[in-house]
Parts: sequence; structure tokens; C-alpha cells
Amino acid sequence: MAPILEVRDLVKKYDDFTAVNGISFSVDEGEIFSLLGPNGAGKTTTISVISTLFAPTSGDAIVCGYSVTKDPMAVKRCIGVVPQELALYEDLTALENLHFWGQMYGLSGKALSDRIVEVLEQIGLADKAKQRIKTYSGGMKRRVNIGIGLLHKPKLLFMDEPTVGIDPQSRRAILDSVKELNRQGMSILYTTHYMEEAQELSDRVGIIDHGELIALGTQEELTRQVDETDTLVLHIAENEDPQALVDRLQTLDGVRRVNVINHEISIITRSAQELIAPAIQEAEAAGIKIYSMDIREPNLEAVFLHLTGRALRD
Amino acid sequence: MRKLFIIALKDLKLIFRDPAALILMLLAPFLISLGMGLITGRFSGNANSWISSIPVAIVNQDKGELGKALEAVFSSEELADLLEPTFAATPGEARQLVEADQASAAIIIPQDFSASIIPDDSGSTSGETVQISFIANSNSPTYSGILRSILDAFLTQVEVGRIEAEITMSQIAQTGKLTPELAAQLGEALGMQLAHQSAQTPPIQLESTTATGAAVKFDLLMYFAPGMALMFLMFTVTNGGRSLLLENRTGTLPRMLQTPTASAQILGGKLLGIFLSAVTQLTILIGGTSLLFHLEWGEPLGVVLLILAASFAASGWGSFMATLFKTPAQVANFGSIIMLVFGLLGGSFFDMSLLPAWVSTLARITPNAWGLQGFTTLAGGGTLGSIREPLMALALMGIMLFVAASILMRRRGLAGK
Repeated sequence: MAPILEVRDLVKKYDDFTAVNGISFSVDEGEIFSLLGPNGAGKTTTISVISTLFAPTSGDAIVCGYSVTKDPMAVKRCIGVVPQELALYEDLTALENLHFWGQMYGLSGKALSDRIVEVLEQIGLADKAKQRIKTYSGGMKRRVNIGIGLLHKPKLLFMDEPTVGIDPQSRRAILDSVKELNRQGMSILYTTHYMEEAQELSDRVGIIDHGELIALGTQEELTRQVDETDTLVLHIAENEDPQALVDRLQTLDGVRRVNVINHEISIITRSAQELIAPAIQEAEAAGIKIYSMDIREPNLEAVFLHLTGRALRD
Repeated sequence: MRKLFIIALKDLKLIFRDPAALILMLLAPFLISLGMGLITGRFSGNANSWISSIPVAIVNQDKGELGKALEAVFSSEELADLLEPTFAATPGEARQLVEADQASAAIIIPQDFSASIIPDDSGSTSGETVQISFIANSNSPTYSGILRSILDAFLTQVEVGRIEAEITMSQIAQTGKLTPELAAQLGEALGMQLAHQSAQTPPIQLESTTATGAAVKFDLLMYFAPGMALMFLMFTVTNGGRSLLLENRTGTLPRMLQTPTASAQILGGKLLGIFLSAVTQLTILIGGTSLLFHLEWGEPLGVVLLILAASFAASGWGSFMATLFKTPAQVANFGSIIMLVFGLLGGSFFDMSLLPAWVSTLARITPNAWGLQGFTTLAGGGTLGSIREPLMALALMGIMLFVAASILMRRRGLAGK
């Protein structure tokens, strides 16, 4: 399938700081592509550049066949953007917000009115459309924020961390709506630092860190990169110094790597089950008490940990 | 072009949904004007009354022409509505009237007032410095100020006349065609004429005429209402400039830039929004004061043009200020200071003619000064032609500031990068 978005060696620098460092990827028509990475990884900057908000320092992105550097207006007509912040007018009603943003996308008259009705139904706020945004809950505001991006039926929708700071129920509703939009044929570029969201939604995932795309592929392809490894996580007390135990664990057979994040010791191993008993013994020998243990099968979190030595939430 | 108006009208709607902004835009100038009206007694009579019947005690100890002339000024028909003179026999009696709040001021004309100015038969004056005493009632500062202005106007005319007469006589004497005897007679005649002129000529600052020659009465509210409207206009435009930074911070400006809308249209729409807010505010204030206070703002076309020009220049300032600061809070704080400084400089609180010359010159950078000049000229019966200067100055100010603001906004990336 032809790509609706093709990012080519994109670089964005702010003075001496490089926010995006030569990333390349493509999004096929009808695909949900997730950019997964921790806060500050460069996800929002990437979306800002390919949505024409900022000019790239070098490189280019081709959206719907148009270059963001050469024909930004054509790009803007093709895309919808759902920004991370709630870019709404709190003193206007949801209806007035949709009306204003619809006009900004070039809609008018009956076409605009009809589309507003459809979007209000879609985001489930038809009965509260005449209330001012400032009276809405966080989840309702998020839904209006998404609705605005859908008004002009874009071919490609950019969603930048659309579930940040909302309750689980609203989050579920948003994830379901993303899947529904995709079923209707919309291509979606979704950014998140929640591994579960990327796993649930994405056809393909790009893992981004420090402005660089460090892995790219389907979930299957990515988890294969960690070579069918498990992760055994040991939770120790906050006042314990984990270093003595880490040193002992690294000497055990089958241990590929040991990472410490706060007071969690993550042991990357071929078989976590086989390592439980030796790990407990080493902890006793080191005089460290283990409070609990988790076994994590290969997932995107493990991929990120494997590639960076850090957790996504760091 | 359509999107320009869509953005501007959205901003206008948002301003009129902000209770705090409405208080400062409309209620505050209205209430302060109302307060000024109450202080000056504007509302003490019927709705159509002007400042009237200012009580003044006059003691005339001068037997000469100028004393009579000054007496005549204060009891003239032209000022009959404005003043209510009481002629006291002694300075003590006049002072008592002031202390008892029965007079806003007392004017004591000393014995040798005329003799000190008008030459006698020998062609010479008494040569003594004679001062007229003016005793102001501290409980009535506005009324005593008006009385002082009338007195000052009279004395200025006397002084001008005296100097003119001296120069004329001196020049004639130098030709050798005027004997000392004739000079004495001529001096006396000039003095008499001067006294009559002073009595007949109404005070300049307090009474003017329309183009048709009809008398226009002085109304202090006609000064304070535009003064306050122009001062709070600066709040509105600063608030507009602040909204640009606020939209950038809350993400609505970047979101606009991601729609198929040219950055120039977005910037233009924001600036048009500031301008429309300013025009709306001035229109409401002028319309409101016309209806409620029965103020006559003058020639309608002139008033409309002045509203547009003052709003344009003030909006230029609001836009320019938005480019000088990084945060909306900084613009709001500095805007409040600018509002007061421009109000003070521009004559919103007192007559600019009372300020030193350099301050009056500096005040010309404010839309307040030019706007007030225009509005008071129109209210005093001025025509469209007589406000050409303030209109041009305001338009030029607006153009320069808008151009500067547009350049700086683009440099800062407020209009996209």
C-alpha cells in the first residue's frame, strides 16, 4: 500500500539542542502507526514539523504527496491534528468551538452544520454541545479536542498523546474511537509513552528516544529483537542499596543484563522461571529483602528497556 | 479575508464573555465618569443642566475702570448660568462666605488695581505691584478651579492689552510725532478701551462658539468622559495583545497555524480583533454617555472617524506591547502601568495645558492626548476640518506601530515559522 506519509532524514534543531535527529519512517494508507517514547523523546516535535507548524532544519516529509517544506498549505488541507494540550476556547461552547475550527478548515454553511452534528454524535457530546468548555470534565474536553481534528474528514490524523491526564473510562472511549476512525479508513499517526496503547492500537510502532528512531516495525518484529527474553523484576525496599545484589545477579547463568530503576531490579533472561530460586538465594546472601517479584513476557516495554536500559516512564 | 473576520469576531465574542474584562472596559470608565459628574455637581440639577450657579464672593475696593470691568465679567450675561456672584463689602466678609461653604472662592480686587495698570493724566502708572487675592474653598476644588480660570483669562487679557499699548506708544513716541501730553491722553484712552474689551470679551477657556456662532457651554463631563474612555481603551488593547501570547501558550494559536490558513491571515485576524474590540468599547462608552449623561459629542462623522482613528492607534500600541514581552502576565502588568501613564500624560485626569511644555510634547506619543484633543474640539463645536491634525497623527501612529508589531511578531515566531 502506498505511504500517505513519508518522513525522510528529518532534523529539527533549536540552537544547540537537537530535538529530532535524522529520523525516517513512513505511514501507509489505512494504517495506525505509533511513535512510542518517553517524555522529551522528540515525538511532539516530529508531529509539529510534519504538520507544518515548524520548518525542519533539514530533511523533509511528504504528506499526501505534498512536501511540508514546499507545499505546506496542501499538507494542511490533508491532515487533522489533535494536539497534546487542550487547544480549545474555554469561554466558548463545544458547538461554538467546533464552528470556529470548522471555519478555519474552510467549511461553511450546511456542510459545516451537518459535520458538526456528526462529530458531536461521534464524540458523544451532542446533548452538552451548548455548554461552555470550562464546565466540562477533563475527559469531555479531550473528546472535543479530538472532534476538532476530525471536522474536515482528514485523510491522515495526527494524535499527540491524546489520553494524557484523563480517567480510565475516558481513555478507553478514546482508544475505541481511534480504532473506529481507522476502521472508517483514516490513517493515524499516534504518539504515546504508554506501551499498552501502542500495543493495542498499532499496526506498526516506531520507538523514539533522544530524537532518534531506535526501532521500527510491527510488534512481532520488535519483540523478536529482544530475542525471546523474559524479564524478572525484583521489588526491594526503598532504603536498600541494590548494588551488591546487582553484582551477584550478573554472575548467574542465563542472565543477559540487569537494570535498576528506582527500587526495581529488572533481570533480562532467557527464562525467568528458572531464575527465581537463584535470585532469592543471592538476595539472602547480599542481605537484601525482596518484597515481590514479577515476570514480564516480551513486550514493547521490554524492547525499550532492552534498547536503552531505561524504562519508558523514566 | 473571510478567515480574518472569523478570527476577529471570535476574539470579540471572547472579550464580551470575560466579566473581568467587561468591568475594566465598560463599567470602570462609566463609573469614574459618573463619579466625576457627581463631584462636579453635574447631576445635581435636572438631566439637562450644566455646571451652574457657582457661588463666588467678590470684593471690589478699586474705584477704577479695571475693577469695574472685572466685576462686570463675573456678573455678565454670558456667565449668568455658570456663576452666582455675591458682592461683599469687606475682605473679611468674603472670607467668611468661603469658610461657611457659601462661596467656592472669594476674589478681592485691591484699591489700586486700575491705577497700577492704566496710566494717569501724566502718562504714568502707580508703579506698584498690586495683587488680586483669590481665596479658594478647599471643599470645592473643581468650582474654585473654574473661577480661577475665569480670573486668569481676564488678567491675561489685561496684561496683553497693557503690553500692546506700551509698545504702540513707545513706537509712536520714537517717531517724535507724539508729545508727552498727547501720550498721556492716548494712554488713558487705551486703558479705557482695554477695560471695556476685558469686560465684553468672554473667558476663552470656558466659553467657545460653534461654527454658526451659537454659544457652547462648558461641561466638565465632556472632558472626563472621553478622557476615561481613552484611558481604559488602553486596557482593552493591552488585553488584546495579551490574548495573542495567551493563545500561543494554550495551544490555540499553534492549532490555527496547523489549519489551512496563511499565517498573515491569522496575525491579521488577531490584530483586527484588537481593533474591533477597541472600536466597540469606544462606541458603547460614547453612545452610553450620550444617552445617560446627555453629553453632546459633536459632529457625528467626526466622532466616528475619531473613534476609528483612536482605536487604530491604541490597537497599534496593544499589538506592539505584545511583542515586547514573553508572557501574558508580563503584558497584563505592564499594560496596567502603560494605561495609567498614558492616562496621566494624555490628559485623562487633568488639562494637558497645566503640564510643563516637555510633558505636553512627550504626551504626543499617546493616543490619549490626540484622541482627547479631537473629542474636546468636536464637543466644543469643532468641525471635521478642525480635527484633521489628531486624525492624521492617530492614523500615522497606528500604521507605524502595526508595521513594527507585525515584523517583531514574525521574528518571534508568533505568526508561524
